[in-house]
Amino acid sequence: MQRIGVFVCWCGSNIAATVDVSAVAEAVKSEPGVVLATDYQYMCSEVGQAKIKDAIKEHGLTGVVICSCSPRMHEATFRKTAAAAGLNPYMVEIANIREQCSWIHKEKDEGTEKAIILAKAAIAKLNLNAPLTAGESPVTKRALVIGGGIAGIQTALDIADAGYEVDIVEKSPTIGGKMAQLDKTFPTLDCAACILTPKMVDAAQHEKIHLYTYSEVEKVSGFVGNFTVDIRKKARNVKEDLCTGCGVCMEKCPSKKAKSEFNMGLNTRSAVYVPFAQAVPNVPVIDHDACIHYKTGKCGLCEKSCPSNAIDFEQQDEIITREYGAIIAATGFNPIPMDDFDEYGYSQNPDVVTSLEFERLMNAAGPTKGVLLRPSDGKHPKTLVFVQCVGSRDTTECGKPYCSKICCMYTAKHAMLVREKYPDTEVYVFYIDVRTPGKNFDEFQRRAVEQYGVNYVKGMVGKVAEEDGVLHVQASDLISGTQMHIDADMVVLAAAIEPDKSARPLATMLTASMDTNDFFTEAHPKLRPVESPTAGVFLSGICQGPKDIPETVAQAGAAASKVIGLLAKDKLTCNPCVAGSDELLCNGCSACQNVCPYGAIEYVEKEINDHGVREMRRVAEVNEAVCQGCGACTVTCPSGAMDLKGFTNKQIMAEVDAICRN
Amino acid sequence: MMKECASRINHIIGIADSIINDSFYTVHLSDRDMEGERIRLESNIKFSYYPGCTLKTKAKDLDRYARESAAALGVELCELPEWQCCGAVYPMASDEIATKLSAVRALADAKAAGSELITLCSACHHVIKRVNGDMESNGDMRMKVNNYLKLDEDYAGETTVLHYLEMLRDRVGWDELKKKVVRPLKGRKIGAYYGCLLLRPAKEMQFDNPENPSIIEDFIAAIGATPVKYPYRNECCGGYVVVEDKEAPKKMSGKVLNSAAKHGAEAVVTACPLCKYNLEENSAGTGVSVWYFTELLAEALGLKEGGDAQ
Repeated sequence: MQRIGVFVCWCGSNIAATVDVSAVAEAVKSEPGVVLATDYQYMCSEVGQAKIKDAIKEHGLTGVVICSCSPRMHEATFRKTAAAAGLNPYMVEIANIREQCSWIHKEKDEGTEKAIILAKAAIAKLNLNAPLTAGESPVTKRALVIGGGIAGIQTALDIADAGYEVDIVEKSPTIGGKMAQLDKTFPTLDCAACILTPKMVDAAQHEKIHLYTYSEVEKVSGFVGNFTVDIRKKARNVKEDLCTGCGVCMEKCPSKKAKSEFNMGLNTRSAVYVPFAQAVPNVPVIDHDACIHYKTGKCGLCEKSCPSNAIDFEQQDEIITREYGAIIAATGFNPIPMDDFDEYGYSQNPDVVTSLEFERLMNAAGPTKGVLLRPSDGKHPKTLVFVQCVGSRDTTECGKPYCSKICCMYTAKHAMLVREKYPDTEVYVFYIDVRTPGKNFDEFQRRAVEQYGVNYVKGMVGKVAEEDGVLHVQASDLISGTQMHIDADMVVLAAAIEPDKSARPLATMLTASMDTNDFFTEAHPKLRPVESPTAGVFLSGICQGPKDIPETVAQAGAAASKVIGLLAKDKLTCNPCVAGSDELLCNGCSACQNVCPYGAIEYVEKEINDHGVREMRRVAEVNEAVCQGCGACTVTCPSGAMDLKGFTNKQIMAEVDAICRN
Repeated sequence: MMKECASRINHIIGIADSIINDSFYTVHLSDRDMEGERIRLESNIKFSYYPGCTLKTKAKDLDRYARESAAALGVELCELPEWQCCGAVYPMASDEIATKLSAVRALADAKAAGSELITLCSACHHVIKRVNGDMESNGDMRMKVNNYLKLDEDYAGETTVLHYLEMLRDRVGWDELKKKVVRPLKGRKIGAYYGCLLLRPAKEMQFDNPENPSIIEDFIAAIGATPVKYPYRNECCGGYVVVEDKEAPKKMSGKVLNSAAKHGAEAVVTACPLCKYNLEENSAGTGVSVWYFTELLAEALGLKEGGDAQ
C-alpha cells in the first residue's frame, strides 16, 4: 500500500478564487493510500517545496499528488523536490486544477467538485505507480541552424564562439537574408550592409561554422541530442572549390533578362549570378530557367570564359547526411503579396511599391544607385504617400490579424530619409496607430514629424487611381473627419510580413508546433521563448513572431545560449516513460511497428519460455533511446502486450474509474 | 456499332449546333442518354427572370433589350408571376424582416419553378442576392421569415441568383456570345461603369474583384468593342443622395465620366438605372454618352440600330 501525500495549491487567487482548496484537501483525506492532505498559497515557492520535502520525510510518503497548474508548467519542479527528499521523481502526480479547472469555471461549487474529481483520479493513478529510472543518451556536439539571415548568423556565431561546431543551411545562394536588402536601420540609421556584411564574413571564416548555401533540409529524424538530417545541396553548376569569384562568367553571360530577386525584381541580372556584390560565399549559381545552355543546349560562354574551369553543367544535387545535437529554426519572413489589395493598384501602377522595394530604390547598391527615382518614368518624385498596416491588423481574408511590428519604425525611417535627402518633397504617412515602443524608438518617430515635417495622418487610403502619371490618392483623415485627395508621384505600401513558406514543411519535419499564422510556437510564451515544445528544437528570429533587428539579435543570442547549455552536456537524461512489450503476450503482428512515428520498434526472433515451453517467436522490441512515449503502440496492440511505463493501461483505467465513481 | 457511331455523330452535331455554352451543359448532362442530350442541347436555357419596378417605368430599354438579346442567344427568360418590389435598399438593421419579405417571395417562386433566377437592375440584384445569402446562413432570420410567410415549403436560400452579366459569362460564355454577334461594335471605345451595388460587399456578392473588376470589360470585348479601363469605374455615382442634394452626385459622377474620358472612352455602359440617371445628368461637357449594357448587346446582336436609344 502506498503512503500518499496530497498538496493542494492556491496559486494565489488563480485557483483559490474558484476552487475551495481546503474542501479539496478535506475531500481526498479518506481516499485509499492518502495519509496526508493539505493546502498552501504557493506550492511551487521555496516554502511550499519545503513543506512537501518535510512531509515526505516526516510521514514516510511513498508518493505525492500535487493539485496545481498544468504539468507542463511545474511537473519538473515538483519531481526535483521529491527527488531532493529521497523519493523517486516518478512517484509524483500532478492534478491540473488550474488550466483545466479553476480558469474555465466561474462557479466555485462546480470548480471545487471538478478539482476533487481530478485529485481523486491522480491518487488512483499514483496508487499503481512504480519508481522509474531514467536512462541516458549521448549528445552530438554539433548544431544545425536553418536559415542564414541575421538571426541564423548570430545564433551560429554565438554557438561557434562557445566552441561547438555549427552548420548553417540557407536556401538561397548567399547568407544575409532580408537585412542584406535593407538600406539604413532604425533607430540609429547606420547602414545595414556596414553592420551585416562583417558578420557574414565572420560566419564564413569561423573555423567552427560550415555554410551550406543554396541548400535545403530534406529530412529530419532522431531526437534531442541525436538528430540525423539530410541536407540537399542544390547544384550551383559552379564548383565552389575552384571558383575565385572573379565575375567574368556574369559579364560574359548573354542572358541578362532574369529579374533580380535581391532587387525585388526592379532590375535584371544574368543567368549565372551572385545575388549581390558582397554575397557570401562569392560563388555564382546558374539559374536553369534563364540559362540558354539549359534551354537550348547551346551557349556555354561562361564555361569557355571561366579562367579557373569552375563551371560544371553536369553537376547534380547532392544529399549530405549529418548528425546534430540541436536544431535551430531561423527561417525568417517575407512581405505578403499585394495581389489582394487592388484598392492601392499595386499590380497596375509601377509607382506603387512595397516598402522592401523602396529600400532597394533608396539603397546605394540598388537599381537606381541610391537616387530616388520612380520606376515608371525614372523621374524624381515630389509627393510621396506611405500607407502603413497594408494587410496587418486586418481581420478580412486578405490580410493578417497580427501587427507586423516593424512597419511603423521603418516607415518613419523612410519618410525621414526622403525628407533629408530631398527637401523639396512632400511626404504623407497614413496610419491606424503609430506603435513605436522600444529604446529610442518613439523619439525617432517624433523626429520624423517634428524635425522633418512629415505629414502623419490618422486614417487609411481607400483608393489609388492613376491618371496621366499622377497617382490620385483618396484617403480619410479620421481626426478632422474629412476626405483627403492627394496627387502623389509615388505610393509606398508597408506590406504585412508573414513567415517564410519553407517554415511549414520544416515544422512538419521537426514535429515542431506552429500557430495558425505559421509562426513557430514557443515552449512557453514568457518563460521559454526561444525553445520549441519539441526537445532539441530552438527558435531564432521572425520565424517565432514579428520582430525588428535588435530584438532578433537578442533572441538569436538567447537561442544560442540554450543550445550551448544543451551541447555542454555529455549525456542527456532520457524520458523513462517509454513503451515496453510483454514478450509472452506479443503475437508478432507488427501493428505497433507500423504506427510508431519514431521508428523505435523492431521485431526480433527470440527464444521464449512460455510456461515451460521453449520456442522461437517473433516479438516486438522497443529501442528505449528512440521511443518518445507517445503511446500510439499501446492502443494499437491487439493482444495487450505493449504498455507505456508511467502511463500503463491499468493506471489510465484507474483514473477513469476514479472519475466515473463520482 | 454503326448505331452507336451515328448517335455519336448526332451528339457532336448537337454540340456544334448548340447555341448555348457547352462547358456548363456537358457537366450536367454527363449521365443522360445521347438522344436526350441532343434534344436538350437544341432547346433554350430557361431561367426565372426578375425585372424590378424601374425596368417597367424609367428603364424600359434595359429590360426590353435584355429580353430580345436573351431570345437571340437562346436563353429563355420567364418573368416571375406577380413579382413585387425587391425592397429597393438592402436593410442594414439585423432585425429587419419586413423589407426582406418580397425578395424572399421572388426567390421562393424561382425555387418552385426549379430554375436559376436572373436579375438585371444592380439594386435589385444587390438586395435579392444578399437576402438570399441571409436566408441560407442566418438561421434566426430564416425562421422568422418562414414563420411569417407560411410558404408551402420553407425557403432556405436554395435558389441560385445570377445577374444577367453573370449569366452571359457563366452560362452562355463569352465565346458563345462572340459567335452570336452579327454586328461587332468595332472601333468603339467603351468604358465599363460598375458602380457599387454589383461589387460590394464582395464576400456576399461574389460578382468580381471589387477593386479591379473585369466582367464588363470582358463583355465589351465579346461584342467587338474596345474596353477602356479607367480607375474610377468602381466608384459610387452618388446614388440616392441625388434626392436630397444634386451637388454630391454631380461631383462624384463627374469624376467618373471625366476619368473615363481621359482614358479615351466615348461611352460608358452600366447595369443600373440610378447610375445611368446620375451619370447622364452630369455628363454635359465630358463627351461621354451613357448606355445600358443591354442596349449595346442588342446592337451587336443586330436587334437595335446604333445610337438611337438615348
